[in-house]
Amino acid sequence: MSIHSYLILSAIMFSIGTIGVLIRRNAIVIFMCVELMLNAVNLTFIALSKQLGNIDGQVFVFFVMTVAAAEAAVGLALMIAFFKNRESIDVEDMNLLKW
Amino acid sequence: MLETLFFLIVAAVAVLSSILVITCKNPINSALSLIMTFFCLATFYVMLDAPFMAAIQVIVYAGAIMVLIVFVIMLLNIRSETGKRSNHAVIIGGIMGFFVLFEACYFLNRSKITGTVGNLTKELVNQQGHTELIGKAIYTEFLLPFEITSLLLLVAIIGAVVLAKKKI
Repeated sequence: MSIHSYLILSAIMFSIGTIGVLIRRNAIVIFMCVELMLNAVNLTFIALSKQLGNIDGQVFVFFVMTVAAAEAAVGLALMIAFFKNRESIDVEDMNLLKW
Repeated sequence: MLETLFFLIVAAVAVLSSILVITCKNPINSALSLIMTFFCLATFYVMLDAPFMAAIQVIVYAGAIMVLIVFVIMLLNIRSETGKRSNHAVIIGGIMGFFVLFEACYFLNRSKITGTVGNLTKELVNQQGHTELIGKAIYTEFLLPFEITSLLLLVAIIGAVVLAKKKI
């Protein structure tokens, strides 16, 4: 299977994640769409790592997964703290800084 | 031929699950579709001669991060989204997403793949073990990012505990 197909699939998943971030109003679903974008990029890294015969791409994917796990923990704790105040995690309700 | 068919089937399932992630009203359905996407991606990693990455993907992403997300959804008792989605947001979101896809495909088509060519081959992965190869790379060439990542995880743990406390 050529490397081109993996890169095209990764681009499709990345754009689907972008659409999800822009469309949804639930903060946790927006976070899930960001994770989808991160995984699309991971697929690109590993496909190119196989193409070039270099281990660097896969090591970078390792670190991306670690950072995504840390971001998941902190982001969800943030949403819990926000929910305690406002009783909703709709991004339309996060408007204290709005002019 | 058979490999192409298998790739197309798994790719179709991955794209379908991604679309379900962004369109389901119930956030639990979105989470389950995302788990399905992660499993499809793990299959791709095995097809690309990276079995350790496939295992890590299933363990970390589908096994830890998604479980955390499902716990938080159930803890906050988030119901299905009610009310109509505003139409102008859907239109603008669709245009931006299509623009991102078009730009990515355009640059894919007009570029050549260059970069440092290493010595990682499928035979090396089968013979020496993928875990050992990644371990060698992480602990010799990428030691500094590894240590910084451990610090990052420590900061994330402390941050998550502080943010979710009742009284700081």
